[in-house]
Amino acid sequence: MNNITDTTSAVFQARGITKVYDMGEVSVHALRGIDMELHSGELVVLLGPSGSGKSTLLNILGGLDTATEGTVTYCGKDLTGASEQELTDYRRYHVGFVFQFYNLIPSLTALENVAVVTEIAQTPMNPEDALAMVGLADRVNHFPAQLSGGEQQRVAIARAIAKKPAVLLCDEPTGALDSSTGIIVLEVLEKINRDLGTATVLITHNADIAEMADRVIHLSNGLISREQRNELRKSPRDLHW
Amino acid sequence: MNVLDRKILRNLWRMKGQAAAIALVIASGVATFIMSISTMQSLKLTQATFYRDYHFAEVFSSLKRAPESLKTRIQEIPGVNRIETRVVTPLNIEVKGFSDPVTGHLYSIPDRGKSLLNKLYLRQGRLVQPFSDDEVVIGEAFAESHDLHPGDEISVVINGRLRELLIVGIALSPEHIYQMPPGALFPDFERYGVMWMGRKTLGTVYDMEGAFNNVSLTVSAGANISDIVDRLDDLLRPYGGLGAYGRKDQLSHRYLSEEFRQLEQMAAMFPVIFLGVAAFLLNVVISRLLSIQRDEIAVLKAFGYSNLDVGIHFTKLVLLIVLAGLILGVSGGAWLGQWMSTIYKEFYRFPFLRYELQPAVVASGAFISIAAALIGTVYSLRKAALLPPAQAMRPEPPATYKETLLERLGLKKILRQPSRMIVRHIGRRPVKSLLTVTGIAFACAIMMVGRFQEDSVDYMVDVQFGLSQREDMAITFIEPTSRRALYELKSLEGVQRGEVFRSVPARLRFGHRSYRTAVQGIESEGDLHRLLNEDLKIVHLPAAGIVLTDHLGEILGVREGDELTVEVLEGRRPVLRVPVAGLISQYIGVSAYMELASLNRLMREGSAISGVYLSTDSDQRPLIFSKLKRMPRIAGTELREKAIENFYDTMGETILIFTFINTLLAGIIAFGVVYNSARIALSERSRELASLRVLGFTRGEISYILLGELAVLTLAAIPVGFIIGQAMCFYITENLKTDLFRIPLILEGSTYAFAATVVLAAACISAFMVRRRLDNLDLVAVLKTKE
Ligand SMILES: Nc1ncnc2c1ncn2[C@@H]1O[C@H](COP(=O)(O)OP(=O)(O)OP(=O)(O)O)[C@@H](O)[C@H]1O
Ligand SMILES: [Mg+2]
Repeated sequence: MNNITDTTSAVFQARGITKVYDMGEVSVHALRGIDMELHSGELVVLLGPSGSGKSTLLNILGGLDTATEGTVTYCGKDLTGASEQELTDYRRYHVGFVFQFYNLIPSLTALENVAVVTEIAQTPMNPEDALAMVGLADRVNHFPAQLSGGEQQRVAIARAIAKKPAVLLCDEPTGALDSSTGIIVLEVLEKINRDLGTATVLITHNADIAEMADRVIHLSNGLISREQRNELRKSPRDLHW
Repeated sequence: MNVLDRKILRNLWRMKGQAAAIALVIASGVATFIMSISTMQSLKLTQATFYRDYHFAEVFSSLKRAPESLKTRIQEIPGVNRIETRVVTPLNIEVKGFSDPVTGHLYSIPDRGKSLLNKLYLRQGRLVQPFSDDEVVIGEAFAESHDLHPGDEISVVINGRLRELLIVGIALSPEHIYQMPPGALFPDFERYGVMWMGRKTLGTVYDMEGAFNNVSLTVSAGANISDIVDRLDDLLRPYGGLGAYGRKDQLSHRYLSEEFRQLEQMAAMFPVIFLGVAAFLLNVVISRLLSIQRDEIAVLKAFGYSNLDVGIHFTKLVLLIVLAGLILGVSGGAWLGQWMSTIYKEFYRFPFLRYELQPAVVASGAFISIAAALIGTVYSLRKAALLPPAQAMRPEPPATYKETLLERLGLKKILRQPSRMIVRHIGRRPVKSLLTVTGIAFACAIMMVGRFQEDSVDYMVDVQFGLSQREDMAITFIEPTSRRALYELKSLEGVQRGEVFRSVPARLRFGHRSYRTAVQGIESEGDLHRLLNEDLKIVHLPAAGIVLTDHLGEILGVREGDELTVEVLEGRRPVLRVPVAGLISQYIGVSAYMELASLNRLMREGSAISGVYLSTDSDQRPLIFSKLKRMPRIAGTELREKAIENFYDTMGETILIFTFINTLLAGIIAFGVVYNSARIALSERSRELASLRVLGFTRGEISYILLGELAVLTLAAIPVGFIIGQAMCFYITENLKTDLFRIPLILEGSTYAFAATVVLAAACISAFMVRRRLDNLDLVAVLKTKE
């Protein structure tokens, strides 16, 4: 499982990904040619300074955005050429997403924000259980506007894991959390990763969190600048920042 | 209920004000549609039922006198069904306490058995006893205007003899829904009355024993009316027939059907305009509403909802609003339709009302509004669906604002920061700003449509009775008379001027088109009764040839120089060929004019006249009236003031009721549009405005930024609305042409002012409501989540 060279077991395989935002007079090269793989059961941390293209890469892997050039395959299927229906099925049944800006639906309660996903999933958890896992059992009936930033973030995480996805893509899942709450959340992610074999990509600014990963990919200026493998994954409980 | 459906209800609740405004716009559009069409259909159905159940005849003719035995020969005309012969006599009526001269007609009803045709609907009392010699039934309109009841007595002069009659019943007749004195343009229920009496008695009084002077008949299904008219005409000619005619030329029916036509045209045009405007606005409002939801659409898509799922979700939201509007519109429209039909029923004195709302009408109203809403929905959902979810979900990137042209032109120094924000915001979203302007402009325009008719009607009356028909009274004689009658009348104290006229009933023909009217011979240098051209300049009649009102010219398809066939329906009934010497402009009525002497010459009748126009001292009127009453040959006296009154009471009213309701509905649409524009702007920008508040801007300042924009757009929309409104009013006047009158396009300043005021008031109320929301803006909540 930890054999990186075995490309056949790759959940994701990205080749030559570039992303250019055309802004009229200037164009922003957010990604300049990324090659990477993600294997099943693997937990990868994406590190990099602000603006280096982390969110852009994650969005492309999640089928939320399209690459300007290059190919992405998921379990051998080409996402770049996928139809709208295939992409929808992919997002519906395979991916759990935590957005950097949470993007909860303001008119739904915490519980309903989770239920919106579990209602269409194949073998979801109970939405209450998902919220309990992130420590929000007593906030289920609160609307997003009645939750703190960190609580909103945890609802977003509960929403992502509730469908028990095959891949989990998390954009700064602990960005708004204090270290002890952060650790609870990371424990949840790790538990899902370990128990269900969910391939996980986690974006963070925090180098300490990288220690819980199988692999750390450093991104800078739209390119992978360095890749590092941890011999031993640290348990989130042993992290502190 | 699944989570998404619950979300719909919550979203609706949250935007309830806006949803209500949108629903009201739809409701008003649909209500106009349902009301207009159902009122029209009900009126026609009622009319048709009344005609059928009371056996309204289909062919009519008056004649001098024919023996009753002629009836069998009429019956032999193929296609003739039922026949009824009658005796009809003109009469003068004396109403106690009413000084104006009153004339009328007395119709015979069979003494034995029931009337076969033109049956009476008894409102009060009973029919006359067989062979009674002093009982009459009188028409309801006349009875009501003089407060007459069964048991009252009334004196009449028939054939020069005064008789006291006892009113035993009050009735309606399909033949006299409108009662028009001879020579009058409009019905006059006060100065003209219709009565019914036993045939035997009336025959004796009018020297018509065993004879008749009026016949009406129905035809069997599929018979050719004009054929029967011609054959009846031939048959009656030796007996002094005055020209048979079909229903379409029957006075009351013609008047009623022209009025219906007028209503029908309005009933067709208003809903088209209103529903069209409502649909457009709905489309705009819905697409903007959904564009605010763009990140929710993205989130749902990111979690694996398909475009179809998302589409269905938002469509449900839209449909709920539309349905609410539809239910309100259909029930409101049906209610208004019923109410309006009842008013018209009273107005036309139908004995009953058959209100009918056809499912097809409801279905088309529903179809149009749902389609409009769905087009708006699909359009904006498509736009949202095309965007990759990742981009749709980002907090909207700070927009690329530019310095606007205005600023570059140097206004920069004058404008302070908030004003610059307004200018730039409008400049950055030109399409959106344009749509808002268009929406408010349409609101302004439909306010004008509802209002302008009042100006036009006033103007029309001013021209007709102020510049053209300037005589105080027009007196029509029963038969053509010598000119001496003029001198007799002119010698009366209080008469200032007198001019004579000749009125010859005739059928005008050109090619295969024909029109039954009267050729008016008037004095070419006359000062009381004048003809006008389009620029309201006086037109003098040429020594030869006939002059037609422009509308009659259109009906017959003639132009100056064409030769017209004039079939006279009186006396020897000559058929003449007369060149068209020109067309004149006339808003009311349909007439043909000739110079008096030349008409007399054509008729080979010396200097005969049909009546006299008089201008009089108003304080001498009662004296003149009492003299007129004693003159036996007078068939009718039309007073100018009363004619104007009658016009407003009849036609004026039918139009104005209709436009009044429509103006109300237009007002609701206008308010809905403006309010929605303001509310959408608020939701689009509450985040930005909250941020400004956090930066230390006051409530007043952020209100200024938002409401300033609304003000600028509203002010820009009003002139545009004036232009659209002019176009709509033009469209209406072009299409609202009947034989009764043609409304000129007259837009007074007050109409513009009214439209602008309503829009501004709607803007102020909306601004006030938005301002209250801005004052209560929950900064924390707004900044934390997006609406
Ligand atoms: N929709 C867009 N239009 C234009 N430029 C964009 C857009 N989205 C991202 N960018 C640009 O692409 C680059 C990469 O953005 P991205 O969001 O991937 O950065 P990031 O690594 O996630 O940064 P952060 O840690 O701050 O979230 C940035 O320079 C950003 O300005
Ligand atoms: Mg990012």
